[in-house]
Amino acid sequence: MIEFKLPSLGSDMDRGKLLEWKVKPGDSVKRGQVVAVVDTSKAAVDVEIWQVGTVFEQLVPIGETVPVGAVLATLLEPGETPEQAASKRKAPAARPAPKPAPAIAVAAPPAVAAPSAAPLAQRRPVSPAARRHASELNVDIDKVTGTGPHGAVTTEDVDKAAAQSAPAPSDRYAEMRKAIAAAMSRSKREIPHYYLSETIPMRRALEWLTQENAKHPVTERILVGALQLKAVALALGKSPELNGFWRDGAFQPATAVHIGVAVSIRQGGLIAPAIHDVDKKSLVDLMRALSDLVTRARAGSLRSSEMSDPTITVTNLGEQGVEAVLGVIYPPQVALVGFGRLETRPWAEGGELRAEPLVTASLSADHRASDGHRGARFLAELRERLQHPEEL
Amino acid sequence: MNETEIKARVLEIIKSIAPELEEAELRADRPLRDQIDLDSMDWLNVLVALHEKLKVDIPEADYGKLVTLDDLVAYLRERLAPHTA
Repeated sequence: MIEFKLPSLGSDMDRGKLLEWKVKPGDSVKRGQVVAVVDTSKAAVDVEIWQVGTVFEQLVPIGETVPVGAVLATLLEPGETPEQAASKRKAPAARPAPKPAPAIAVAAPPAVAAPSAAPLAQRRPVSPAARRHASELNVDIDKVTGTGPHGAVTTEDVDKAAAQSAPAPSDRYAEMRKAIAAAMSRSKREIPHYYLSETIPMRRALEWLTQENAKHPVTERILVGALQLKAVALALGKSPELNGFWRDGAFQPATAVHIGVAVSIRQGGLIAPAIHDVDKKSLVDLMRALSDLVTRARAGSLRSSEMSDPTITVTNLGEQGVEAVLGVIYPPQVALVGFGRLETRPWAEGGELRAEPLVTASLSADHRASDGHRGARFLAELRERLQHPEEL
Repeated sequence: MNETEIKARVLEIIKSIAPELEEAELRADRPLRDQIDLDSMDWLNVLVALHEKLKVDIPEADYGKLVTLDDLVAYLRERLAPHTA
């Protein structure tokens, strides 16, 4: 029997509320298929499955909030019968999910748990019915005043709380702020950042891009941002210690280059979902992926794999007019590359002073995983890659 | 399509990308992208939408002429005008 669990949706998201099942018992599923939609603090996420099987039981009802790692459904492996699965299910290792009140605190990684554990530790008794009711009414059960025995929260208490709390469209924003706060606090608490920056001449890249774009209709136009992403991905080939994760006291290099692209949300907030295998994509494909990702991120519709597996993050704040970005690493990643404003500035080369389009690229890196020397080599390689746009 | 119609279509497209846009606050004679915080991806999406809805393909070389909403409307009017030649 296969247990389909709520996957990690990034280090700042430790729970999700089930919004929709895309499959029903008896349906067969294939790798990469979207089987459920889960609401997180940042977006409604399409949760994909990475195994082949037949849906057997759905264990979480719509509207319930569950921690990352909770079993959402069980599936039959190819060839397995429902009877075999049912007998296995009675085995001692009982799954935690069907409990009406999955403790949300359990799934939080230790560092993130620290700030949020305090209020949960002293949680009062809550009846399963009240918890379900609170979930239906979108009421935060931890903020409900209990009037039952020993301060227990009853369904009436939930009703009262629901009546008092005005509908708040800004809830998502508040939740997103909290999630960003948790991840960034963890980053600054745990990661010894070092910062490097490098000015990159962009004349060749821009001239090449202008020529290319003139050949194509607007629907196939490539932005300089796509060029920068591809150059980062290729430059990482020589600096594998910047691409991966710091986990359990050691660096784990990633086997692919999945770049988290920091996308600002128009209503406020930030999300950095991944474009997969950037180093292997053509610029046209990469541009298409970037455009699609930005659109879906802003519409609040992303896939679980995009949320969970970026191996490095790239942020571009140049359009807001800043010269350079010294960013905060998104744990458990170990590096973040920033691009500032693209602008014409004085530039000396070969003893001559000229006006050249320049961009400042920066690297924030985890000193536990790499040293400044490697970081410097990465930025030098990035600069070099951007001098040969036709090879990107 | 007259100027008013073009302007309405353009605003409709911009609103689909920047839904928070307050038309009354938009100055048609001031730089458009600064007023409503359109980044290059948003701007490209505006151009793609113009391409799809009005069948006008705006070359990159013309971006410099399209600073304000007035500029954009005038440019589109010119491009959409039936050619008499």
